[in-house]
Amino acid sequence: MMSQYRDWSPVARRDLNFALLTLALLAAVVFRYPTFAAPGNLAGVLDDTAILIMLALGQMLVILVRGVDLSVAANLALCGMLAALFNRSFPDAGILPVLVLTLLAGGLLGALNGVLVWKLRLPPIVVTLGTMSVYRGVIYLLSHGSWVNDNEMSRDFLAFTRARFLGLSTLAWLALACAALFIVALRRMPAARNLYAAGGNPEAAACSGIDAGRMQFLAFTVCGAIAGLCGYLWVARFAVAYTDIALGFELQVIAACLIGGVAIAGGAGSALGVVLGCLFLGIVRSSLPLVGISAFWQMFINGVVILSAVLLSARPQGSRRATLESPR
Amino acid sequence: MIAAMVHAIARRWESMLALVLLFGFVLFSLSSPYFLSVDTLSDATFNFTERALVALPLALLIIAGEIDISVAGIIALASVAMGLAAEQGADSATLAVTGLGTGLLAGCVNGALVTLGRVPSIVATIGTMTLFRGAAYAVLGDRVLKNYPASFAEFGQGYLFGPVSIELALFVVCALVAALFLHGTRWGRVVFAIGANPVATRFAGIPVGRYRFALFALTGLASGMAAVLLTSRLGSTRPSIAQGWELEIISIVILGGVSVWGGKGSILGVVLAALVFGLVTFGLGLMNIPGIVMSIFTGTLLILVVAMPAVLQRK
Repeated sequence: MMSQYRDWSPVARRDLNFALLTLALLAAVVFRYPTFAAPGNLAGVLDDTAILIMLALGQMLVILVRGVDLSVAANLALCGMLAALFNRSFPDAGILPVLVLTLLAGGLLGALNGVLVWKLRLPPIVVTLGTMSVYRGVIYLLSHGSWVNDNEMSRDFLAFTRARFLGLSTLAWLALACAALFIVALRRMPAARNLYAAGGNPEAAACSGIDAGRMQFLAFTVCGAIAGLCGYLWVARFAVAYTDIALGFELQVIAACLIGGVAIAGGAGSALGVVLGCLFLGIVRSSLPLVGISAFWQMFINGVVILSAVLLSARPQGSRRATLESPR
Repeated sequence: MIAAMVHAIARRWESMLALVLLFGFVLFSLSSPYFLSVDTLSDATFNFTERALVALPLALLIIAGEIDISVAGIIALASVAMGLAAEQGADSATLAVTGLGTGLLAGCVNGALVTLGRVPSIVATIGTMTLFRGAAYAVLGDRVLKNYPASFAEFGQGYLFGPVSIELALFVVCALVAALFLHGTRWGRVVFAIGANPVATRFAGIPVGRYRFALFALTGLASGMAAVLLTSRLGSTRPSIAQGWELEIISIVILGGVSVWGGKGSILGVVLAALVFGLVTFGLGLMNIPGIVMSIFTGTLLILVVAMPAVLQRK
């Protein structure tokens, strides 16, 4: 068993260690507060973490190809507003058009980032910083600064995320499905392996016929589509849409990726690690009130977790400026 | 000959910014009768001075190939430290020192993480951003600190002479010092060298790590100064103070023509970009256009700025 462990890739070993750490955290909380282990409570934790998991998986693709998408939260908010406005105008259209609309709109917004990075070779951090502002502004133009409240949302629109199947909500099932899909696809799918190649060494990837820029475009588009879908999920879950929803959430998403072991320099990271990173943050968040720590400590604790994670996995030399460099 | 000179000047990014500035100035004075008055313009400077003060050292940092996303977090932390000191009855001078000291310390934490901890600066400062603002929230929760002595308001609200506010004067002095440092000293050349090629610079016998550390500390100190000015101007501290400023400040630096790849940029460009930022914020405010719509403008401008050289080179 041990020799096998030694044969594992560093990423797999990190995932195992991190899984053990997450389990230890869970065990510690459950040991002190047995009610935390109640199925209903655990399902609640998964519910609260579901959107973070989906967004972090999308963000991971972008970071893998040496990018970073700061516009995910703005994309989410814009698509959420689109979904709410669409539902207000066509309350009887059902849920399918809303899902299609948000996926398409989000994908389009992501593709815009992708085109700018791919065709004009602009630094991803600058592009998404810009589109982040633009998308937020567009929400205001669409909604004229007003809120869409739950009394303006149809029953189906609100019920979709809350529907339960085998004790878990649709939201949790979506996150689990997304996680399973990413874990399998990132290992097996040729296109996904190309992402790793393009992020790890763009020049070498180019020599083997992989267009690194195109890979970046794909990553941004998928990330955007996921963010768009999460926009609807967010609005339906919290039953309100306004200009500032999920403000600053992009940095939490990136932080979850970092905690999950995705290398900011690109080319390394696993979907399992990212999911574990999100779960870790989710468990910490939901156990705070039990331990009697005010929710205001959440952000500080996140900071400590991020810094510990990156200090432990800091790589010795090189690749320091890689995030700012797009492959050429 | 003259055509070549015109061409050379027109190719400089700073001339483009100056043109935008001039255009905006004319546009706003035509569209609002209240724009072109000394009092109005003096008031308008408060829209950018605090952000611009942080943008100066951040420009140096980005030219050196690093980045600091935690600047707004530092402002929040320093503001909370001052608020707590004020509750203990500290006088204005002590408060200012507290703010500056907290900023410097926070900057040193960033510097240590990047140089000693070998963490990429974007990752390290996303972490410390969360940590610093998290600490502000943890300490304050939903409370507001506002027991500042009356004389403390002088920093952010006082005027040096005539319409020139203390904030504006500070910014002008800091901009001159930064320009002299970057463009007139050996150290400034080293900053460019580190940004262009850190490995070669290290091989040239230059202690690259120390420069990086100093630049992070300097950025922290400037954030502390911005915290003093902003807190003094607002007269209160909430943990959400300066929320989102990190991205606005980075936008100013990049708008100023500083390359995100490091190794390129000028203080003149950053100063002009800060003026453009302040002018547009204020002008649109005069025209009753909400700030969030203005963010569409800044976002588009930001992308256009970096896209321009790429598009021009391609043809």
